This record gives sequence, structure tokens and C-alpha cells, in this order.
Amino acid sequence: MSVDQVNPNDESKYAASARAFRDNVSRDLANDELRSNFRGAMDYLVDKRKTALSDSDELETLREQCKLIKQRCLVKLPHLLEALEEKLTANGIKVHWAETITEANEIIAEIIESKNGKTVVKGKSMVSEETALNDHLESRDIECLESDMGEYIVQLAKEHPSHIIMPAIHQNKKQVADLFAKNIEGFEHTTDVDALIQQGRNVLRDKFCNADVGVSGVNFAVAETGTLCLVENEGNGRMCTTVPDLHIAITGIEKVVEHLSDVPPLLSLLTRSATGQAISTYFNMISHPRQQDEKDGPGEVHLVLLDNGRSQMYSDDELRQTLQCIRCGACMNHCPVYTRIGGHAYGTVYPGPIGKIVSPHMLGLEATTNLPTASSLCGACGEVCPVKIPIPKLLLRLRQESVKPKGAPQVMKGQGSGRKTSEAFIWSVWSMIHKQPLFYRTSMWFATRLRFLMPKKLGAWTVARSAPKLAPKTLHERIKEREQAAKGK
Amino acid sequence: MSQVNTLHLRDYPKNPTKVYLYGTCLADSLFPDSGIDAIEFLERQGIEVIFPQGQSCCGQPAYNSGYTDEAKAVALEQIRHFPLDIPIVIISGSCGGMMRHHYKDLLKDEPGIEKFCDRIFEFTEFLVNSLNVQLNDSGPAERVALHTSCAARREMGVHITGKKLIEQLDNVELVTHDYESECCGFGGTFSVKHGDISNVMVSDKTKNLVNADVVRYVSADWGCMMNINGSLEHQKESLRGEHIASYLLARNAMDNTGDKS
Ligand code: SF4
Repeated sequence: MSVDQVNPNDESKYAASARAFRDNVSRDLANDELRSNFRGAMDYLVDKRKTALSDSDELETLREQCKLIKQRCLVKLPHLLEALEEKLTANGIKVHWAETITEANEIIAEIIESKNGKTVVKGKSMVSEETALNDHLESRDIECLESDMGEYIVQLAKEHPSHIIMPAIHQNKKQVADLFAKNIEGFEHTTDVDALIQQGRNVLRDKFCNADVGVSGVNFAVAETGTLCLVENEGNGRMCTTVPDLHIAITGIEKVVEHLSDVPPLLSLLTRSATGQAISTYFNMISHPRQQDEKDGPGEVHLVLLDNGRSQMYSDDELRQTLQCIRCGACMNHCPVYTRIGGHAYGTVYPGPIGKIVSPHMLGLEATTNLPTASSLCGACGEVCPVKIPIPKLLLRLRQESVKPKGAPQVMKGQGSGRKTSEAFIWSVWSMIHKQPLFYRTSMWFATRLRFLMPKKLGAWTVARSAPKLAPKTLHERIKEREQAAKGK
Repeated sequence: MSQVNTLHLRDYPKNPTKVYLYGTCLADSLFPDSGIDAIEFLERQGIEVIFPQGQSCCGQPAYNSGYTDEAKAVALEQIRHFPLDIPIVIISGSCGGMMRHHYKDLLKDEPGIEKFCDRIFEFTEFLVNSLNVQLNDSGPAERVALHTSCAARREMGVHITGKKLIEQLDNVELVTHDYESECCGFGGTFSVKHGDISNVMVSDKTKNLVNADVVRYVSADWGCMMNINGSLEHQKESLRGEHIASYLLARNAMDNTGDKS
């Protein structure tokens, strides 16, 4: 099941598609074109990052610095959020708090309706994907147009982003050309990327000039100065935040940083980790609505700060590290699982390794129980994460929460929902055997002697592999014999 | 400072004369030859090897499945059997990562656990950094590939030491295969729980190894090799992996005095 097949008004639409993870995986693994699109794109991005971060000493120094910045900001989070609200308010930006995605959507719709807004242009914002804002606004007769080229493609195709930085990375240029041919009037067929994009841009241009509202995300919200920073490459973010008279920004509470000076190191590592760029083409800093003597910019600016499970991550010292994320996407680019199954199979807004550690807090562990286990724990994600989130360790932790027995202290929504009696029983027997040396050696002695009984088919394992064969004698026995032989000499 | 540099910022015992061997559960019941070969290799370097019969499994399978208490009971039992303050050499990078790093979390309340963890050395790491072994190559000319498990690579830095050892073999050409650092798709219970994803990963790995046109590949991890060899056998490919301990022993059949042993 893909996200698109679920009723858009259902608050748990992502929960339903995350539940269908296994089916999604089978569907997408069978799609050769999709797989080759992902492999090609990920190889390209991995290479770009490698070139941009070729000095390993600099890289490690910066990663450590960025980790410490984010950790400091998280320790002070409640205080920084207060300071941010105060500063933004003083600057003339209105701040709203939303605990759930429904609240966030409601707040945004009300602001728009209070201004009689009918059309919205959106810059890229994953948090607005998280709330399924487009669906909500459409249900209230407000038209929403994605202005980031990737998001625009995904919207035309009635899909969802398959990558947090490159929303349409699952499509190749031929597929995009076909999509444009179907949807853009007067489209001149081409598979030249620049010419393709230019034709898409022409459509967007018009929309910018006529939209009532601009909606954007935020990469860093600076508490010290009350500044909203927005990183982008296409200039659409700048258009969205300057042309319409009303600008609404939406972001998660973890995006607040303490000082303006915290931004440069984070930005430097963000763009290089994401796309291998030394810096993005545009970097917007929004500090207030249009001033009296200014000619452009929106008359009104709002910021919606969303929780949606983030407080739950925050309450646990280990899980809190999830909030260090600056959404660069490097973990998915380097993930051997993401590279194979692509972004849609996860069924969640955030795919890949970051999606696996963040979605269980947003949707509950019950709906996402297959995500933390769908990892070989190879560690490629943790190795590249610019803020050093120990992703494999957090995956392990979520596995623990998932199989926790009843009655354990409550840490998260859906905890214990992955516990199966049969599996728990197997592990307790396993533990009993392996913690008693004599019992273990006896079991192994029998296993090796009875190895002819071992089945040739071992479930999922033998679909693509031959079954391993038990040795005639264990290492324990052979060493014992060897030692006795040496003594006998 | 790169991660690899940090990994190597540990104290290596110089001129040790006695070590423990940790055989791992996979080698115990499926691949005991590699344990025997590791002992033989170490003994030829003049090292006395003790193999405590009380050892069983490092606890990783349960730990990676989220069953912490079950893993902990097994882990606690392991440390009891290695009382002497001598290095513990382990013939698997991922079990090494478990005992060297994850035990610090799992058994954090256990007195002396840090010290225990610091005594854990992966086989190739120990040969290079502690023993500084010098290999003679007595085998025929051949091309081989090296597969390092992800844990070995990222937690133990073994891709460097494994490579260093193979490069000492004069007649062996070490061939880099495509996507060398990418996971083979094993991941313990992952390969069963998410068999379809794991299958695609191991198929890619075997394709890349076969394309490297080598006579064998070597690895220091039976987990990965069970996966990769199983897939190769299933595909009726002749290529197989060999544990690095067995490979080095076979190639280095001459001892340091030049006598055929
Ligand atoms: S978890 Fe790390 S690597 Fe992944 S998106 Fe977040 S910051 Fe980037």
C-alpha cells in the first residue's frame, strides 16, 4: 500500500502505509527501473559528498563541533524555544505551537482563511509533509502548489517524496518528460534535463506572482536573533517567502539553535553532506515582515512549531539524540537498504535510516514495528551523519522497546507491541543454553552428531542461499583432543 | 581525527607470550577449522594459546534482536571464563565489536568491564598491531578479494589490518571488488526477518565478488561468509570465501627460520 492509497483525511495515513512495509518492499524490489534509478542517484550523491569532504581531519573536527552545537541546543531546548518566541514576537513574527499534526494544519488553515487566501505556493518543507498539509488545505478549498521542482514533479504524479532532499529522485528524466507531457500544456518533448526543468519553471513562475500565501519550512531558527534560516537551491524558497503578502513557516521544535554563530558550521556540513555543495545556491534569513520603508517581503509572517512525538524523543537521554538531525539525507544516500528498496517502501514521510528512528515516535512503535528491524546494522549511516547520531544504536534501542515485556516503565507509544510469545520463548531458551557451559557443550555435541537431521530448507534463508552445514565435531571438542594429544606426546 | 585513527588509538600489548582465544559460536559448530588454524598460526609465532572450554556465544544474536536481558545473562557468563589479565583474541570482527564495544553498555554495572573490553582484539588486528608479524608467502600466484564485515570495518578497523596482512604475501594480488565496503546483507536475524531485502544485498555482493575474477575471497567473519558462501553455492558459483586465519596459515607454511613446517 502506498501513502496515496489511504484516505487523505485519515490522520493515521502514514501509520497505515508504514504497516504495509513488507508488501511495499516486495512491490518495489520487483521494480527494476526504480531500483536502477535509486542505485544510480545514490552512487552519484555518495560520490559528491566524498569529494566535498575529502579532508578526513576537517570532516571529523566539524562533525564533532556540529554534534556539540546540537547537543547544547537540545539541553537548553525549553529555554531556547521561549527565547525564540520572545525574539520573533518582538520582530513582528507571530509564533504558534502545535502538539499534533491536526493542530498544525488547523492553525495554518485558519490563518489563511482569516486573510481570505485561496492559493498557496509552497517551498520544500518535510514538516508540512509530516502534517499532510496539502491534503488538509485542499479539503478546505485552498489550492496548494509545490514550487520546489522535485516536489512539483511528485505533486503532479500524485505521489509523495521518496527522499528528504530530492523528493523525485525515484523518477528518471524520461519518466519526468512523460509526466510533463501529460500535465503541462504546450510541453515540447525533451529529455534534456535543463530544458525539462525550464519548462516546469515557466509554469511555476506564473503561480508565484498570483499566490495569496507562501508556505515554507525552516532549517535553523536562531533564538538569539529571532531569525528563520532557509537553505535551498532553486530560489523558489525566496519567492515563496517574499512575493505573497502572507508567509507561514512551519518546522519542528528541534530546529532551534542558540546563536547565529551556530549556523555556519551546521550549514557547511549540511550542504556538503547532502549534495556535496560547498554552499547552497540560496540561503535565506528571515527576521521580520516587511518594514515600513521596505518595498518587498510579506506583510505578515507566522511560524508554526510542531511537536508530533518530539517531546517523547526528548524525554529519554538516549533517544533524544534523534533530535540532533539536520535533515541532510546523507544517511539514506549511504544506506544499502534504502538504495535497494527506495524511499516509498517505508510508507513514512521520512524514509531511510533517519526515518526508521524518527517515525516510531511520530506514528507509534506498533505501526512501525518493521522499520527498526529492517537494518543489517552495518553502520554506514552513523558513519556519515554530520551530527554524529548513533543511528545503529538507536535502532537497537527501538528493537528493545519494541519487544519489551509488559509492565516495563513507559518510554514510548507502542512499546512492547512487537513482542511475540514464540520469539521471546526462543530467546529465553537460547539464553538458558548459552549461559550454562556444560549444557551448551552437550547441546552442540548432539547437534553436530545429529547433523544429518538438519533440514536443507531454512525458511527465508534458503530462498537465496544453501543451508550451512554443521561440522562433524565442535571446535571445543577438537581443541580438547588436540590438548590431550599434546599431553600424550 | 578520522574514525579509523581513533580506532587505532588503543594500547596494544607488546611481545605478549600468552593469549586467550575466543572461538565464537559459529566457528564452534559450523567452521571449527578456522579456530584450529588460528591457534596453530599463533603458536607458530611463539604464543601460548588458552581456549577456555566455558565459552559459548558473545550474546550478539539476542542483543541485536532487542532481547537485552537474555543477551546479558550469556555475556556475563563469558567474562567469567577469561580471568587472567592477558589479551583475548577473537576470530570474528563483529563478535569482537560486540565484546569490545557493546559489552560496555550491556554490562555497564559489572565491575572491571572496561578492562575486560580493552583486552579484546580481533585476530588480524592483533597480528599486525601487537605481534607485527612478518609473513613469508609459500603459495602459488593468485588473485584474491577481501571482504570485511561492517562491524569489523566500522567498530574494529579491521579492513586496514586484513589488507596489510594480505599485502605481505608476495604472490598474492589483492583485488578490490566493486562496492567493497558495502554490507553483504547478513546482519544476523535481519537476513531471516527481512529475507527479501537481504537476498538482494547478498546477490549484489556475490555478483561483485565474482566479477572481480579472483580465485577466492578471504574474510575474518564467519557471519558474512556463511551468507556469501551460501549464496554462491545456491547460484552454483565455484567461488568461495576462506577465513583469513586458515588462509594465512596455508600461505605462510614456512616458519620464520625458513624451515618447512
Ligand atoms: S540522521 Fe544524520 S545523516 Fe541522517 S538526515 Fe539526519 S543529520 Fe543527516
